[in-house]
Amino acid sequence: MNRRDLPAGLSGRHLPNLWDIAAIVAVTIVLLVIAQAGRGTLVPLAQLDQPAISLDPWRLPGYAVRTTLRMFAALAASLLFTFTYAPLAAKSRRAGLIMIPVLDVLQSVPILGFLTFTTAFFMGLFPGRVLGLELAAIFAIFTSQAWNMAFSFYQSLTTVPADLDEATRGFRLTSWQRFWRLEVPFAMPGLVWNTMLSMSAGWFFVVASEAITLGETSWKLPGIGAYVALALEKRDIGAVFWAIGAMLAVILAYDQLLFRPLVAWSAKFRFETTASAQTEDPWMLALLRRTHLLRVGGDWIERGFGWVTGLRIGSPFSGGTVAVRRNVGGDIVFGVAIAAMLGWAGWQVWGYVSSALGWGDLTEAVLLGGITLLRVVVLMALAAAIWVPIGVWLGLRPAWAQRVQPVAQFLAAFPANLLFPPFVVVIVAFHLNVDVWLTPLMVLGTQWYILFNVIAGASAFPGDLREAAQLFRVGGWLWWRKVILPGVVPYFVTGAITASGGSWNASIVAEVVSWGDTKLAAHGLGAYIAQATDAGNFQRLVLGVVVMSLYVLAMNRLIWRPLYAFASRRTTLG
Amino acid sequence: MNELMSVRGCRQAYHKESNADLVVLDDVNLSLQEGEIVGLLGRSGSGKSTLLRIVAGLLTPTAGEVTWHGKALRGPAEGVAMVFQSFALFPWLTVQENVELGLEAQGVARVERERRAEAAIDLIGLGGFESAYPKELSGGMRQRVGLARALVVHPDLLLMDEPFSALDVLTAETLRTDLIDLWMEGKLPVKSILMVTHNIEEAVLLCDRILVFSSNPGRVANEIEVSFVHPRNRLDPAFRKQVDDIYAMMTRRAVLPAPTPQTADTGFATPLQAVSSNLLAGLMETLAAAPYDGKADLPALAGALQLEADELLPMGEALHTLGFGEIAEGDLLLTEPGRQFADADVDTRKALFAHALRTRVPLARAIRKTLDERWNHRSAAVRFRDELEDHMSPDYAEETLHAVIGWARYAELFSFDDEADQFTLEDIDAAA
Repeated sequence: MNRRDLPAGLSGRHLPNLWDIAAIVAVTIVLLVIAQAGRGTLVPLAQLDQPAISLDPWRLPGYAVRTTLRMFAALAASLLFTFTYAPLAAKSRRAGLIMIPVLDVLQSVPILGFLTFTTAFFMGLFPGRVLGLELAAIFAIFTSQAWNMAFSFYQSLTTVPADLDEATRGFRLTSWQRFWRLEVPFAMPGLVWNTMLSMSAGWFFVVASEAITLGETSWKLPGIGAYVALALEKRDIGAVFWAIGAMLAVILAYDQLLFRPLVAWSAKFRFETTASAQTEDPWMLALLRRTHLLRVGGDWIERGFGWVTGLRIGSPFSGGTVAVRRNVGGDIVFGVAIAAMLGWAGWQVWGYVSSALGWGDLTEAVLLGGITLLRVVVLMALAAAIWVPIGVWLGLRPAWAQRVQPVAQFLAAFPANLLFPPFVVVIVAFHLNVDVWLTPLMVLGTQWYILFNVIAGASAFPGDLREAAQLFRVGGWLWWRKVILPGVVPYFVTGAITASGGSWNASIVAEVVSWGDTKLAAHGLGAYIAQATDAGNFQRLVLGVVVMSLYVLAMNRLIWRPLYAFASRRTTLG
Repeated sequence: MNELMSVRGCRQAYHKESNADLVVLDDVNLSLQEGEIVGLLGRSGSGKSTLLRIVAGLLTPTAGEVTWHGKALRGPAEGVAMVFQSFALFPWLTVQENVELGLEAQGVARVERERRAEAAIDLIGLGGFESAYPKELSGGMRQRVGLARALVVHPDLLLMDEPFSALDVLTAETLRTDLIDLWMEGKLPVKSILMVTHNIEEAVLLCDRILVFSSNPGRVANEIEVSFVHPRNRLDPAFRKQVDDIYAMMTRRAVLPAPTPQTADTGFATPLQAVSSNLLAGLMETLAAAPYDGKADLPALAGALQLEADELLPMGEALHTLGFGEIAEGDLLLTEPGRQFADADVDTRKALFAHALRTRVPLARAIRKTLDERWNHRSAAVRFRDELEDHMSPDYAEETLHAVIGWARYAELFSFDDEADQFTLEDIDAAA
């Protein structure tokens, strides 16, 4: 597997250091400030002249278009963020010291819990207008997309091949030309892949962010998410299925029209010197490439793009790399300044939070986090037990793998929260134990990452090793243990890290669900956060979100990354 | 003749926190005239590529001055272009776009750019490949693109960093011939060429002047004029003699490194090059058998084994270090222990190797001694790595450890646990 096809969270340092702590503190402060600002604006904004949502299925196409537009607006914002934040962090060593841990922490924060406050915050900026709600939804989607895209771009920027780097400097390309001729193309495959992962998270968020309830008041933005929320209130299961159908159509369209072509196209930027097996162009890309009219149009765009990116903006590299002695004094000043700022802000926050919360609250949040952790671990184990054998079976049969792989990727992109209501109906009808039966909802959307990664791993398993195992008649359990499992472990971990992160996030909407007036709540940190949101108790909310971030961070750093590093060391020759 | 570039008193050092600076290049002087091809010849790690990057303006030397057309060089200069060992082609750009890159950076208009790129592509024999992507091309074709990309900007000075070493023998020879033909016919839009190589024959074949580098720190040890007319004949006795002389020159220096303060006080920290014990065994068997009977002329041996000087010399030095062989005046001699080794069975060979390690490689002896003293017979490798890094660069330290681990494993002197980064005595028989 190409290293840059990994979710951005996988690579990186293992052991937490001081900068990580600084990053956690900084992110916590920002969350608190947003929550506080949002809360302050809640009351006067309670009444908003909002468009009514109708359950008429004929309105769904219109809603779907609006939902999709929000999605792409957020994507544009995420790209803008990626193209500014990452280069800044990559070019300045000192800025990178704090900016990168911040990104890493942000990747692990379940922003879903913060939806209410970001919504209130944006409505405060545009009082009495729907624009505020729209921006809030876009912002929510943005927060689910931007971090890992920026991380991926940053990683590409710092691993640009040395010889190409020297070539651009030697030929005196300006910084602008260099960015577009070397850095962006080199980052492209990783960026496209991470964008695809981001989009999946984004669909989840867009559905959640269209219907915000806070205590007595609720706001709805016209869109599929609002439609489903209304259907839940009205106990209309038929409408829920209409919405699921509409979402399927939207994701199918975006997958076929945009992402398949994009992924296939980005293969040309893969940094490899040997021609790899050519896969057939997706039909959309073939259409673009082979239709004369479209191609002429494309050529014009390309020429214009080439002209703009070829402009001699900025200066060529000059002065040569001097083997600099690190300015230790400057580092210390920088470190102390950051520490002082964070320390001061942290102290303010501590005073503020400790007035409302005691040690008991912390213990409660941590214990509930333990319950949710147990859920995530059990779910990952179950998903592994089910999908690894299936994935291996499929992956070793290319004809099957080719057919199933797109379906698995498609399912991973589907917002699982749309699928909750039918499950809830069943749980309510049969009076099932909510602590057990709400649990599978968390993994509903995320298990597919495990499946499609394992399929990819099994397909990539070297043919000669399979033949050797066959000749030595290695079979049964021995074959699983010594042959195929070690081969797919790195791929499994790649999928599992995305799946487990997604499951934590999903717990916020999966541990508390409703059907009309019936509210079901399981015990767990997700429910804690959801209930704090409902009650408008922002201290508990921030506490819950921070504790959950710490759990996710710890799980990534202590389990997944070492496991991945170990597995990829052990399963590669040389 | 006009002087294009001059380098005076150049020194390149990397700062080390614990110890003295790590000197890569020391007191190097170089002057490039119009109309000549100059070769920088040396073994890996002799700093010749570093010097090339200093001349290219990619690196600023720690000390010394570099002038280009009489003015101090600040960053990559206009009129200097480089060809890379790895080709450094952009995989997402076509041949045409790759070649146009340098012109685009100069702000040349599109029509003019396309015209000049096509001319360069035709000159270098790539006509018809304009719209191909690099990955569709063979190695030789790729390097032609690299050459066209450098030539299209009409540089006064063309820099080449081991341009043919990533190519197979046949392809490399064709490309060399084409290049020298174009040069002799005056079709190359360049005034001078500076190339880095570790291939002695290549240097004698192409260059008018060769600077031979010594390692650790890199210095210009010899400057050799090559006065044969082009096209040169590799089989010409005078040509062979020059190649042999340079071989002798390089081995002399390889065996007797100038004693530096770092190596004088402790033999512990002598850098070693990781050469597989398999290769050493094979080399000793070859040397012991006819026609060599214990003594081989290095250039002839390299030819027979199809090895570059750069590959054969470390093997010879490893034999020298272990006391199995001796290098003298371009010859490799098998010693008595070496002869015994070649005739022995597997267990005796291992015993001989272990004895050689204990007596002649202080680092191996020290590690084994530490392991014997420990109750659990384990010791962290980081301790030895740190100690080595006080005397050499981290890369050299890693290579040295790698060499010792490979040899000790073969000799069953000690073993290594990669996960724990520890030396151990597990899997080792008490007899060793």
